[in-house]
Amino acid sequence: MKCETIKFKKQPRIIGAYSIVGPKEGQGNFKDYFDYIMKNDFFGEKTFEKAERKMIENAITGAIQKAKLKVSDINVLVAGDLLNQIISSSYAARAFNFPYLGVYGACSTMAESMAVASILVDGGYFENVVCCTASHFSTAERQYRFPLELGNQRPPASQWTVTGAGSCVLSLNGKGPRITMATFGKVIDWGITDVNNMGAAMAPSAMQTLLTHFENTKTTPDDYDLIATGDLGKLGSEILIDLMEDKGIKLGLNYADCGQMYFRRDQNTLCGGSGCGCSATVFTSYIMKKLQDGQYKRVLFMPTGALLSTTATQQGESVPGVCHAIVIESEEG
Amino acid sequence: MNENERVKAYNKYVNAKIPKTRPFPTLFNSFWVGGLICLIGQGINDLLLYLVPNLSEQAAWAYTLIILIFIAAFLTGIGVYDKLGKFAGGGTIVPITGFSNSITSPSIEYKSEGIIYGICVKMFTIAGPIIVFGVVSSAFVGLIYYIIGLFM
Amino acid sequence: MEMFLDYLWVFLIGGFICMIGEILIITTNMTSARILVTFVLVGVFLEGIGVFDYISDFAGAGINVPIIGFGASLTKGAISAVESQGLLGVFTGCLTSTAGGIAAAIIFGFIFALIFRSHTKK
Repeated sequence: MKCETIKFKKQPRIIGAYSIVGPKEGQGNFKDYFDYIMKNDFFGEKTFEKAERKMIENAITGAIQKAKLKVSDINVLVAGDLLNQIISSSYAARAFNFPYLGVYGACSTMAESMAVASILVDGGYFENVVCCTASHFSTAERQYRFPLELGNQRPPASQWTVTGAGSCVLSLNGKGPRITMATFGKVIDWGITDVNNMGAAMAPSAMQTLLTHFENTKTTPDDYDLIATGDLGKLGSEILIDLMEDKGIKLGLNYADCGQMYFRRDQNTLCGGSGCGCSATVFTSYIMKKLQDGQYKRVLFMPTGALLSTTATQQGESVPGVCHAIVIESEEG
Repeated sequence: MNENERVKAYNKYVNAKIPKTRPFPTLFNSFWVGGLICLIGQGINDLLLYLVPNLSEQAAWAYTLIILIFIAAFLTGIGVYDKLGKFAGGGTIVPITGFSNSITSPSIEYKSEGIIYGICVKMFTIAGPIIVFGVVSSAFVGLIYYIIGLFM
Repeated sequence: MEMFLDYLWVFLIGGFICMIGEILIITTNMTSARILVTFVLVGVFLEGIGVFDYISDFAGAGINVPIIGFGASLTKGAISAVESQGLLGVFTGCLTSTAGGIAAAIIFGFIFALIFRSHTKK
């Protein structure tokens, strides 16, 4: 059967989640939900890259602790980040004594790692799997854009890479929200070449995944308490709403974008937050809390990723997008 | 709809929707900050000529630019210049201080990769094209003058 | 009064040139490296056709402090070296005249890179 959507039979549970964010993010709209807010972006390390690695290490241990497990109980780690060769995740994995699978889906990495982890757990191959994703404003800025001290202006469509790491533990034993479905997305490219306009580049992939998901699962937007995209930002989420309306599906008040909601208006982030840390930290803090409280019964979490690199952009390539969706249902549903 | 048409239609749609920078106060800020930097330069120049009477005009300009470059490099180092740049845009990019900032900022940024491969290699990531274009084009102008000179 | 007028010209012309840079940024999304390259080429052109000195006479720092002055000074060096040294001047002229500025940027950049570390934007 050719179908992009997986329905999990045993429905892996998220038994622990942990989020860690930078100081600017700690003043944003979700400030009361994060587990840990760093006092400065260096996190006591010498470079920003080392700080990002330490954030991942701390997020993983934090999630394991909140799942009331020991590090030795974990069977495998699925993680990814934005840096070249996903060094932050790989070097963080060096500190742990369990196998590691590196995944890369740009800003969609959180959903990708959770979907892969769910398959591993649901298939009965591993008992406890931990997922982790992180991004750091300063490391992303120097890799994708300009040095931090350069006196340039950010274009109005640009977004602010979130400094943060989110991690969660998936298992068949224990209590917590269940992952019931996952839809893997195709890479979609509608020819946007402006690297400052990620939202527009990723919105078509979000539309594609949403349509596929609704078709495969025979659901409509009303079946979900929350449909959350990752970091389309203000512009991108408006485009997604327009695109869906063209296809005859209306996204209502239950649709939200993590990036758009992330920062307060006076924090000067233009179109909102971005980066894998954006969706990861919102999911592991705010959305998890609401699922545990039972305020949300069914959530469609579908972060998008822009799969660009500076080399490809300089060679004149456009920006392809990808979007993976997972459905999480609250414990008692 | 074929691929090309869709790309075109989508780009058109996005361009219509993309938020635009408001011309005011952005242009005004770049105007007065840029003007002020030039004014400071003129002030330094006149002061030098006043203090050192036998300084040639050319040398005074050279000193003026070096002082401005020093100030910009220092402001970059203490992390002020990027804030100024965010406020004034073209007002801080176009003066020679922007050139200084474009050399100092990658140097500081890539310090973590070491002195040779970090500071020295990355120093010209932004300023490199400026020097290359400037040298090549002015050498070209010089060549034209040389050729014209041969026939005059 | 005359001095005040001189300074006013410096301010207005300098500000105007910078504002053109900002207009380019807003309308074309040019990065700062491209802006600087464009203005250097403008300077090279103005000096090449010989009008830079006339502007410089009344604009003073208004045109010399923007990177246009850097481009003009590159070309000025090349032209005067061609006049005194012939073909060799094509190669030696441009960098000789701007040696001070480039060396200063390199030296101060290097020293401050050793002293300071990068700050995260807020």
